[in-house]
Amino acid sequence: MAKANAMNPGVAALTTAGGEHNSAWLFVLPALLLSLSVVAFPVAATVMFSFTEWNGLGTPRFIGLDNFEAMVGEARFWTAIANNFIYTAVFVTVPMIIALVAAALLMLIKAGRTFFQVVFFLPVTIATIILAQIWRGMIYSPVTGMVGWLQSFGLNVANPLADPSTALYGILLVDIWHWWGYLCVIYFAALRQVDVSLIEAAFVDGASYVATFRYILLPMILPTILFMLLMTVIWSFRVFDWVFVLTEGGPGFSSEVLGTLAYKTAFQQMSVGRASAYSLVMSLLGMLAISIYLRVQYKSEKQS
Amino acid sequence: MIAAQDRSAAHVVAYLLLGVAAFSVLFPLALMLINSIRTNFEILSNPLGWPEEPNFAVYQQVWVESKLGRALFNSCLVAAGTVTIVCLVATPAAWVIARRRVPGWLVISLYFLATTTVPVQMFIFPLYFLFAKLGLINNHFALMFVYAAIYTPFSLFLLRTYIVSIPIELEEAARIDGASALQILMRIIFPLTSPGLLTVALIVSLNTWNEFLISITFLQTDVAATATARFYQLSGRYGSDWPQMMATAALIAAPTIVFFIMLQRRFIDGISSGAVKN
Repeated sequence: MAKANAMNPGVAALTTAGGEHNSAWLFVLPALLLSLSVVAFPVAATVMFSFTEWNGLGTPRFIGLDNFEAMVGEARFWTAIANNFIYTAVFVTVPMIIALVAAALLMLIKAGRTFFQVVFFLPVTIATIILAQIWRGMIYSPVTGMVGWLQSFGLNVANPLADPSTALYGILLVDIWHWWGYLCVIYFAALRQVDVSLIEAAFVDGASYVATFRYILLPMILPTILFMLLMTVIWSFRVFDWVFVLTEGGPGFSSEVLGTLAYKTAFQQMSVGRASAYSLVMSLLGMLAISIYLRVQYKSEKQS
Repeated sequence: MIAAQDRSAAHVVAYLLLGVAAFSVLFPLALMLINSIRTNFEILSNPLGWPEEPNFAVYQQVWVESKLGRALFNSCLVAAGTVTIVCLVATPAAWVIARRRVPGWLVISLYFLATTTVPVQMFIFPLYFLFAKLGLINNHFALMFVYAAIYTPFSLFLLRTYIVSIPIELEEAARIDGASALQILMRIIFPLTSPGLLTVALIVSLNTWNEFLISITFLQTDVAATATARFYQLSGRYGSDWPQMMATAALIAAPTIVFFIMLQRRFIDGISSGAVKN
């Protein structure tokens, strides 16, 4: 090594950790500059804007904590927060369970594994706005959709998106329908890495399918499940597309989430300062959700 | 020991449940295809019926009237550009981070990790108003840079796992032969991480193609719109013309579906590799 470095000073600089002329910096610089200019600096700007009143055109006016004080008095804001937490709570449970059961069933069969995986995964490859419009028109609509078709048989079903008490769940159903297959494919990939002889041994010992899954397979794929739980918390707290396309936060503001509230406040009401304040709350609560999750995980790991 | 008939009974139940699940996934997609070639009147009376006179002309109609060709071309352009930028910036960064050659590689990694948890709403407002001032709204290159910045951290971490598995002796041998760092990057790192780069290309192009929030914000004209942005513009205009809406939806979804089915193994392996191998 030393000899090689002596022959080529450029390499010497590259391999010296913490050296004065560290050309390795040049290799990470493009990625870093890109990320700083698109993410980090605008994030800092958003934090500053949250203390101002600004319509996006003139000069931002510093108003201290006014945005936050006004927001605390708003019913819409609290509904959005509650909806974000409901959304995340449903998302870390329902699709997780469906996906685990489906992955376990895939382990039982031999023929058709690829077919089922491709089908389950299919919705993830299609744009959210397209899936949302299909559900809005072909399933939920009482005029052109399945809801209307069922009503024609006298069944007591209604468009969930039209009712303030069910709108959020109508959105959740579409998102879960589109998402669980992704989780299933990941869980199945993890399950297949479990040593087959362990499973066979359990069967020989007379263990049932459920017991084998519960006591042999589940613990083996626990790291994957925990990782996907964390990603699900992060992703579901940011929900935007589905709400924006299916209900725009309505009826009233019953299905509003922080993501749609911030976006609409910035681009429909042109109150960028207030919108930035919503975004800041969304980020902080998102971080809180992540840290709660990490703490629970850490505690349960310590116990076991 | 589980008896043979128990096993076959379990098989039947498994196929039954998986079949129900597959049906529920495919059903809405089938409604999209079937109702795209029916008339609005037929859909109104019954969304489940077969097309009496299949109207395939609707596809040609929306293609021409809605400028879908242009929108799909824009999507391809933005996806290709984003993938190129991501691979060019993420690979060298992943290399020096994987080899811990930069002092502060840990801090840099943590920074990139942190950016993946930031919601888009936390940085899109300043970007939008800055781009508006600079005349970069409806500019595809500006959009590519935004996407590239968003997808770089994930790609960097994925590529890092590929680079770590390249024997360091290869790099050292090249160095002894007098290769510069740039030459090592071009001749060793890029070629040997090509499976990783392919996975990155697949996932980044799929995400770019389907992305909604940023594309509807930055692309506002019919000429500039990518397919998803165009669909958003059109869904207001089509109103309740469901055959046209569903035909447009099918045309925009078709490329990703075909792409996915052709490369399903790579997609599924690529997407699960990050979560399973850790």
